[in-house]
Amino acid sequence: MDFGPFLLLALMEGMVMAAVLALTAVGLSLVFGVMRVVNVAHGEFFMLGAVIAWFVTHYMPGPPAVGFAAALVICPLIVGGIAALSDTLILKRLKYDPEATIVATIGLSYIFQQAALTFYGPDARPVLAPFDLRIQLPWFGYSGYKIAVVFAALAILMAVWVLITRTRAGLIMRATQLDRNTARAFGINVDRVYAAVFALGAGLAAVAAVLIVPIQQAHYLMGHDPLLLSFIVVIIGGLGSLRGTLVAALVIGLSDGVISVFFSPTLAKILATLLVAMVLVFRPQGLFGAKP
Amino acid sequence: MTKLIGMTPSRRSLLKGMAATASALALPGFVQAQSSAPIKLGFQLHRTGIGAAYGRWYERTTQAALKVLNDQGGINGRPVEVIFEDDGTDPKRGAEVVEKLASQAGCDAIFGPLFSHVVIGSAPRAGELKVPYLVCSEGFHVASGKLNRWTMQPGITDVRAQVTAMAPWVSQNLGKKITMVFPDYAFGHDHRDYFTAAIAAQGGEVIKHIAIPPTETSFTRYLPQIPKETEVLYHVMVGPAVLTFVKELGEFYGTGARPEIFGFIDSLEAVDTASPGLEFLEGTHFWEGHCRVKQADASEHETFYRAAVGVDDNGASISDGKDVATYAHMFSCWETLFMIKAGMEAAGYQSTADRQKFVEAVEAMTTIPASQAHPQGDKVFNGKTHQVFGHQFISKVESGKLMRVHTTSIEDGMYPDAVDYTTMAF
Repeated sequence: MDFGPFLLLALMEGMVMAAVLALTAVGLSLVFGVMRVVNVAHGEFFMLGAVIAWFVTHYMPGPPAVGFAAALVICPLIVGGIAALSDTLILKRLKYDPEATIVATIGLSYIFQQAALTFYGPDARPVLAPFDLRIQLPWFGYSGYKIAVVFAALAILMAVWVLITRTRAGLIMRATQLDRNTARAFGINVDRVYAAVFALGAGLAAVAAVLIVPIQQAHYLMGHDPLLLSFIVVIIGGLGSLRGTLVAALVIGLSDGVISVFFSPTLAKILATLLVAMVLVFRPQGLFGAKP
Repeated sequence: MTKLIGMTPSRRSLLKGMAATASALALPGFVQAQSSAPIKLGFQLHRTGIGAAYGRWYERTTQAALKVLNDQGGINGRPVEVIFEDDGTDPKRGAEVVEKLASQAGCDAIFGPLFSHVVIGSAPRAGELKVPYLVCSEGFHVASGKLNRWTMQPGITDVRAQVTAMAPWVSQNLGKKITMVFPDYAFGHDHRDYFTAAIAAQGGEVIKHIAIPPTETSFTRYLPQIPKETEVLYHVMVGPAVLTFVKELGEFYGTGARPEIFGFIDSLEAVDTASPGLEFLEGTHFWEGHCRVKQADASEHETFYRAAVGVDDNGASISDGKDVATYAHMFSCWETLFMIKAGMEAAGYQSTADRQKFVEAVEAMTTIPASQAHPQGDKVFNGKTHQVFGHQFISKVESGKLMRVHTTSIEDGMYPDAVDYTTMAF
């Protein structure tokens, strides 16, 4: 294939990856920014979103689009609910101690993974895309659904931005992030905010999974890669900075797409990890994070 | 302290009591004639992990074969038990499972693993524990001499034989410039190495090798590497994402020009050929180890086997039409179990002390006719390389179904011996 079409395919694949990565990483970044919690179970929330999407689309009658639309609404709600429960029952009891929460979220990730294995099984199962459109370019064909994923992710990210910057709920979140004690002094129920933010972070991962599941398949081990990549993105972008997360997701997603297509996916992963190492050495607060 | 009359034991009676208990414990647990104690076989099953789809069908096929075997009287009149252990399709866990089955469960022999990296990781342990290890894999690793004298593959043909048999048909019917897409581990490397050599022997050439990690979930990024001059795209893929791989292949070509496509059914095991997104496979060809769709000339053994395992004429489960079988591989479990029976009866197997005699008895086997025990077809076993040779099939997708168009002879797949295990120590 010639260089031009090669690059176009690489960029299109990269955009899809960046879109889903942005959604997942923003969830992780929010949780860390507001709660200062490193959520190792974040990848499993992603996997749960995909697995629950399979259940919803499997049991919902009608054309695939109906099931998919239902999954887009139901999955984030359920996964967010599970996250809120985890926060109230476990993380709150640990008083959000940094080391303890890491261990607790590792434990949670094992529980979710094995629960998926027990109730969903070890197989990868496909979920039908809501519509079947193939775009035929002169050099290759491409799935129209993948392009739709990019736009959907953009829309959801816009909605999150509006939520955080323009609504009262977002104001409360930002206040709690700035100074927890002063926020409490102003009458903000910090515990409830934390549960809500944890739920929102998990919900974003679940939505990303629902968008990706018609492209890949739902499998109980699918949370590992998104977890790793989200951490890479959040560290490079700067913990707690949403803008940094978005920029880093774009950089990592596009570079992964381009390097994977022109060289190999392994090299892309090597370079991404190398980038994290460089950032940690030379600019530990990340691209946009606040200096420690 | 109060002395309890008659209840305080003397030292002598205490020692007598301990000696009696020790000798009682040393006696066998049940007093039963050795000849009716069940034969215990361990099965290393891929119940979870990337091989789970195969594991599900391997278990069903083995249970069906076991029932037939026991209904016919078992081995030497003894009933047979199979103990299944999950290895998670993981090499490290595989070695632990071998240990558990051989040492804890006291199995006479172990069989069942499929994925080549698990086999390579587990077989050395079987060699150390001196337990017969009959793999239901396809890798060339058994016949390559890499493993040990305790490891055998008597139930399924290996990749080197398969691709050697395929090369003439592919070069004569599809084209001579091939691009290969394969998983980047032992099994895929066998495809890469031996098909490249086999097609070169036919005057063809592999112009590009595309290796994909078996845990990959997104394949479009590899497809631009397929050169424009490709006449035949050769694909074989494993793992949970195979459906995604084939779908993305179809999306990539779309309605545009595409090369001839020749795949190994591994890319579609447990997947319905009529799945949405796979329409582009119409008219393309696949290697099949055992034809998934019941062909018009199916033997009575084939019919019996299908009914026993619970597979319908389309290759799906009788109880769930959406549960498609890993038909090209699972017969290995059935045939291996009956090979174990044949070997144990030929060796006059009594207990684990006879394990070596059992291996030697299997090594002495040569021609194996098609029968109820061997529904996939007649075979030839090479005792020196511990590998069995059989027929291969090429099918074409017609109206969404795989219909056989070619059967190879056993000789088509033969290659020079790479090892003679019979000269090795046990």
